[in-house]
Amino acid sequence: MVKVTIDSKTIEVAEGTTVLEAARMLNIQIPTLCHHPKLTPFGGCRMCIVEVKGVPRPLTSCTTPVSEGMEVTTSSPEIEELRKTVLELILSDHPNDCMICEKAGDCTLQELAYFYGIKENRFAGERRVYEKRDGNPFIERDMEKCILCGRCVKVCEEVQGVEAIDFTYRGFKSKICPPFEKDLKCEFCGQCVAVCPTGALTGKMWALRGRQKDIKEVDTTCAYCGTGCNITLHVRANEVIRVTSKEDKWNEGWLCVKGRFGYTFINSPDRLKKPLIRIETKDEGRRTKDEKQEGISRPSSLVPHLSSLFREATWDEALDYTAQRLKEIKGKHGPDAIAGLSSARCTTEENYLFQKFVRAGLGTNNIDHCARL
Amino acid sequence: MTNTIREIEGMEVIFIIGSNTKETHPVIANRMLKAVKKGAKIIIADPRKVPLVRFSEIFLRLNPGTDVALINGIAHVILKEGLNNREFVIARTDGFDKWKESIESFTPENASKITGVPKEDIIKAALLYGGSRKAGIFYTMGITQHTHGTDNVNAIANLALLTGNIGKEHTGINPLRGQNNVQGACDAGCLPNVYPGYQRIDMPMVKKKFEEAWHASLPDKEGLKSTEMIESASEGKLKALYIMGENPMLTDPNIEHTRKALGKLDFLVVQDIFLTETAALADVVLPATCFAEKTGTFINTERKVQLVRKAVEPPGDAKEDMWIISELSARMGHDMKYSSAEEVFEELGNLWPALSGISYNRIRNHGIHWPCPTKDHPGTEYLYKAGFPRGRVSFTPVKYIPAAEPADKDYPFVLTTGRNLFQYHSGSMTRRVAQIEAHAGEPYVEINAEDARKLGVKPDEKIKVSSRRGQIEIKARITDSVSEGIVFIPMHYKEAAANVITSDALDPYAKTPEFKVCAVKIEKMV
Repeated sequence: MVKVTIDSKTIEVAEGTTVLEAARMLNIQIPTLCHHPKLTPFGGCRMCIVEVKGVPRPLTSCTTPVSEGMEVTTSSPEIEELRKTVLELILSDHPNDCMICEKAGDCTLQELAYFYGIKENRFAGERRVYEKRDGNPFIERDMEKCILCGRCVKVCEEVQGVEAIDFTYRGFKSKICPPFEKDLKCEFCGQCVAVCPTGALTGKMWALRGRQKDIKEVDTTCAYCGTGCNITLHVRANEVIRVTSKEDKWNEGWLCVKGRFGYTFINSPDRLKKPLIRIETKDEGRRTKDEKQEGISRPSSLVPHLSSLFREATWDEALDYTAQRLKEIKGKHGPDAIAGLSSARCTTEENYLFQKFVRAGLGTNNIDHCARL
Repeated sequence: MTNTIREIEGMEVIFIIGSNTKETHPVIANRMLKAVKKGAKIIIADPRKVPLVRFSEIFLRLNPGTDVALINGIAHVILKEGLNNREFVIARTDGFDKWKESIESFTPENASKITGVPKEDIIKAALLYGGSRKAGIFYTMGITQHTHGTDNVNAIANLALLTGNIGKEHTGINPLRGQNNVQGACDAGCLPNVYPGYQRIDMPMVKKKFEEAWHASLPDKEGLKSTEMIESASEGKLKALYIMGENPMLTDPNIEHTRKALGKLDFLVVQDIFLTETAALADVVLPATCFAEKTGTFINTERKVQLVRKAVEPPGDAKEDMWIISELSARMGHDMKYSSAEEVFEELGNLWPALSGISYNRIRNHGIHWPCPTKDHPGTEYLYKAGFPRGRVSFTPVKYIPAAEPADKDYPFVLTTGRNLFQYHSGSMTRRVAQIEAHAGEPYVEINAEDARKLGVKPDEKIKVSSRRGQIEIKARITDSVSEGIVFIPMHYKEAAANVITSDALDPYAKTPEFKVCAVKIEKMV
């Protein structure tokens, strides 16, 4: 263990702990842009600089490990002036379009500019101008808003193991892009989007659906695979407009393409909205003939116009009819002539009720679901 | 899973067999990569060069359907090298000697002949897995979707027992479940032979308990498994089927057969959020709600009970499944009135001690792993810490049985099916996400470059793939991720549904179809 004093508060921490981590344990706020607690330190943005007694120049707290007896000052007029200058330099070629930026209200850069009161910029000058030409449907890359913090590069390599992007060029022309500036070859997990501190990376499908105002956030569990990642649904006007995941949950905020971007089926116009009762009679022979005419068996060929197959019904009518038919069949052939197929997509409670209905209501153990498929 | 996902980080060896984890369980794969950064070694056994192979120490590219030979071969080497865990075997298992005899013929040479894996690699894998006491096995449908799927699972269990790699932190047997709540559906008793909590219907005491709880007399006869339902319908015995949120018309093998069987039913009710291929065949379609429109729990692959919260109102007249089931039940003369999902969960907890200690309030921030018998119990991360529930566990001798339909002269390729990263199962959800469709909306068959060359097939060329059951037209994707003689088709695409051609040969115990092996031929379009 190592004893260190930060802003006159003393704490004992494990060897190898960084000054930034130790300060956060003491609830001392140090501004950061490139640092992310789940990624290796980079020391790129210089926002987290601190003074260490006996060291003539400021040090980046995110990359400096603590040492015995170290005395750290996290805020002084000199340090704050330096941080402000760093911010001004970063903002000097940043598009000032927060009004229409997707990230407004949830942007670390915007928040720091606010705290440091940066209204005008001493360094305003040349701007990086990049053409947006990414063909992928998931991730919007606005490189003019990129502050080269490198979080996306790190998360792609360290967490996802994909290495789809990296730093290219040098100096003012530095840029993060895929190899040879081609289209992204990636898994579209959106981990980079989740860790981007600015509006450089956003979800394409989020655009113009709402930002922070009038958004209800609902914590829930992803409905795709069995991993059970924790997700937060962002809802505006009864519509899920964005999915995120919190870093303090067991999946550490990481999701896959389906969990992060696969939510718009909820509002699909194809959703069933009324109970339906079949109008044309079922005839196995007719179906087989249809297929023969088609040449190839395709299930889709069996989905002709909805209106030619079904008519809309009220719930009472549909449920009464269903109950009546089930009763008839049960009466004529016994309960074992009926079966229920439940769903691994539904909740535990629905599944419990479904099997209870099949067993206690219908009187058969013919109940299963798709675990075998 | 006997372990939790968190524990993966502390494993020394991660043995993945029959699981394309990076595409089907991407966030679990992230955890595996984290373990690799800490020094863990990955062994992958798969006929396909799946994406995670890039991070593996050993890749065992076995012929489809030869898992038993591979696993027994590995066990053979572990025994021969004395890496078996004698104390564990003596203290906690039975039937070791008989099992030992059964694997004597599985020398690395013989195993290599059957599996096509070089014997050196079998030995290397055995030394790595057998040499660790913090080794986890991970599998999915690559193990179970075979006519000998149960054998595969038993062979895996033998391996874990032999090395004592179970019942401790960071080591165990971990089937990764493919659907959000397949664990919960099983736990809730949606199985034909058990009530909620795997309590057997053929035990009079158990039956009595449920009859009292549900105020009903319950049937004795074991029910039909899903694949048997289709069979029974086809034979004209099953007359009515009530399907909630399933799409067997795309997910069952041999679609042609499924369609005919469903067509023979007198009455088919489908409750779903979309007019799926199955719903289109129904007599009544009931509009239900999706996960964002209801409250309840999902139980994930590591037995963790987590909350699902309602975020939006359902469209039109769509209703919560709970409401629909209760209304229907009342009309059938069996009242089931609940004021909330929570009340249902409490009833389930009262009937199954593993959930008794879990309440909605306790899991409002973080889920809890069952078993959790009391309100102050923290939940159980890894199973069998205090021993196996039935005391000692037996080794099960497992013979190698080839797949039901090997490639032959007429159908010279082996087809194996599965999922890809972007689409999900029958695609009823993901195929309605425009962005996913734009990126991965087209069906394809993966074919080896050498095979493509021999057949004169160009990249993206539409070809005919057929089996004894049917044929589809599909674009060729030329790749080295499948070996010569093997083709892969993702199951999601209705316009070229893999299950038109798959075999409906079943595992004799689990009645799981052999989606992972069937014989097909490939022809150019004329």
